[in-house]
Amino acid sequence: MADGGEAAQNNAANEQSPLVRFEAVTKRFGSVAAIESFSLDIAHGEFFALLGPSGCGKTTLLRMLAGFETPTEGRILLDREDIDAVQPHRRPVNMMFQNYALFPHLTVERNIGFGLRQENATRAEISERVTEMLALVRLQGFGRRRIDQLSGGQRQRVALARSLIKRPRVLLLDEPLAALDKKLRAETQFELMELQRRLGTTFVIVTHDQEEAMIVADRIAVMNHGRLMQVATPSEIYERPNSRWVADFIGEVTIVEGRISASGAMDSALGQLRVAGTSGAKSGGTVWLALRPEKIGMSGERPAGELNKVPGTISEIGYRGDISIYKVRLADRSLMKVALANVGVRGNARFKAGDLVWLSWPPDVGVVLDS
Amino acid sequence: MRTQANRRNWGARLVVLVPYLWLFVFFLVPFVIVLKISLSQTALALPPYMPVFDFAAGWAGLMEFTAQLSADSFRLLSSDAIYLLSYLKSLQIAAISTILLLAIGYPIAYGMARAPRSWQPPLVMAVVLPFWTSFLIRIYAWINILQRDGLLNDVLTRLHAIDAPAAWLSSDTAIYIGILYSYLPFMVLPLYAALEKMDETLLEAAADLGCPRWKTFWLVTLPLSLPGVAAGTLLCFIPIVGEFVIPDLLGGSETMMIGQTLWTEFFSNRDWPVASAIAVSLLGLLLVPILFYERLQQRSLEGSR
Ligand SMILES: Nc1ncnc2c1ncn2[C@@H]1O[C@H](COP(=O)(O)OP(=O)(O)OP(=O)(O)O)[C@@H](O)[C@H]1O
Ligand SMILES: [Mg+2]
Repeated sequence: MADGGEAAQNNAANEQSPLVRFEAVTKRFGSVAAIESFSLDIAHGEFFALLGPSGCGKTTLLRMLAGFETPTEGRILLDREDIDAVQPHRRPVNMMFQNYALFPHLTVERNIGFGLRQENATRAEISERVTEMLALVRLQGFGRRRIDQLSGGQRQRVALARSLIKRPRVLLLDEPLAALDKKLRAETQFELMELQRRLGTTFVIVTHDQEEAMIVADRIAVMNHGRLMQVATPSEIYERPNSRWVADFIGEVTIVEGRISASGAMDSALGQLRVAGTSGAKSGGTVWLALRPEKIGMSGERPAGELNKVPGTISEIGYRGDISIYKVRLADRSLMKVALANVGVRGNARFKAGDLVWLSWPPDVGVVLDS
Repeated sequence: MRTQANRRNWGARLVVLVPYLWLFVFFLVPFVIVLKISLSQTALALPPYMPVFDFAAGWAGLMEFTAQLSADSFRLLSSDAIYLLSYLKSLQIAAISTILLLAIGYPIAYGMARAPRSWQPPLVMAVVLPFWTSFLIRIYAWINILQRDGLLNDVLTRLHAIDAPAAWLSSDTAIYIGILYSYLPFMVLPLYAALEKMDETLLEAAADLGCPRWKTFWLVTLPLSLPGVAAGTLLCFIPIVGEFVIPDLLGGSETMMIGQTLWTEFFSNRDWPVASAIAVSLLGLLLVPILFYERLQQRSLEGSR
């Protein structure tokens, strides 16, 4: 009884401790720091996304986890154990490579079964698991094909199946969908999510497509120049970015510079704006208000109510089908982006370039940033 | 539009025709001449064989000419053991040296392909560097090295590896040394080309899937380099079978390689028909591995489509 209780307690502790932990990891290539004092926890069963512009160190981070690079400084823990000395082929981590890295001389079946064959599994077991994997990625009947007889999307599935067959603790996906067209990509994103939920495996996906990261991931780490900018859920990152850089990197945004006055409002070139959530910001210092385009209303007349209201002239309209993005020139010559859904059949045909309009937003939709 | 497409088509056909034309003029025509001589008989004349084809004699001349052809030279080849022994000796030397070349060349090519990118051009340069001096001069240099008071014996006695100078020259060992030295670039370069274009992330993928390094070599690197192995093997094996200069200068006089036998028939015995028959048989013999390689390539081409 007592033993059982202890085990349960241990289990609970395991569940709470992160599966992967980066502890102040720095990676330098020569004098170039690809990753700099990077600390991050990834929990059991999480679908985690690493998001950042090209060259920010996403692949380097994955490769360190897979064991192909060693951190210059810091430690990487897997299940609370330092994996620095563990060779790549002994790590319970599998990777789906950016270019798939499928073996061209082997059939689909042999590619998928490659990992199991290294474990000295029996033939029957290998063939059973391969069949299972082929079904999982919906490639039944393709087992005997050669890799060069597959389409890009099919190769991507083979790579996925190959990296999943050993049931890794962590599956690393390096831009797995980059080679797919937009439609297939959207489909595959949902398939990946479903797969992850079904298997319960921890997925770490690398992408520079912010939409993709927001759709698939439970949590996102936004990176820039090898540094961690923010870690949070997709909605938090979008609604509550912690810096101008993150706000600007994720989605569309208009940034208004100003100062917090003694009354708690914000003085800016657009006049005094009512804002919420300024408790942290010290009054007097420069702050920035980040406004998402879809949260701003636009009307022909001055709207009534407790809103921030600024007049302007429509300077450009970007039609995107579902929505239109309006760039509105304000009194201080700056541009503010507004997105309106094209609900009617004729969209928002009533607004034309050159129209005088009023922009308005409630005080609590903007985010005040001090960096 | 149409004529333009036609013209382009003709251009394409002409380009394809060039290699066939080349083969016809420089391979098929000489071969037919050699074949013709091999079916003739020796004669004390100029050229030293008969019949001689006379264009002026017309159809009747051709008939008469054809009637005089005989397979006597080929019969001689199969009746005298010296020819068979020469062939066997050549095949044996070619096979053993090709295997040795593979064993030596593969690690060299592998090391080159895995060297840092910027080192690779100088390394390739180093491999082809011997070609900058004449082949004959290099073989003469080996005579110098291998002779009784040569460099090799000198070094070995100083290292106390041997007590008395050994006879290296005029032996099969000397032939092998000469062949390995001369043909190494022909083995290394195709192997290097195959290994160099291999995607290195494949090795990482294998490691990621639990494959230790030594096993990755057998499961990934070697199978992917097989086209290079085949090309290198052919490029060495075939010319080694017909090799003449190296066995003549470095080898002994007990058994001759087929190239030497051919030379003797041609220049010492002035028996052109037998010499030609040897050449024709040799070609038939070598056609086997070439056709085998063609088949292999065809299959891999079809596979990759
Ligand atoms: N082997 C290496 N040697 C030297 N520099 C490297 C090496 N690998 C990566 N880098 C550098 O490290 C930085 C991060 O590279 P990394 O491949 O991790 O970027 P990334 O975020 O994956 O980019 P992308 O989205 O384009 O794939 C880059 O500046 C890159 O030039
Ligand atoms: Mg990358």
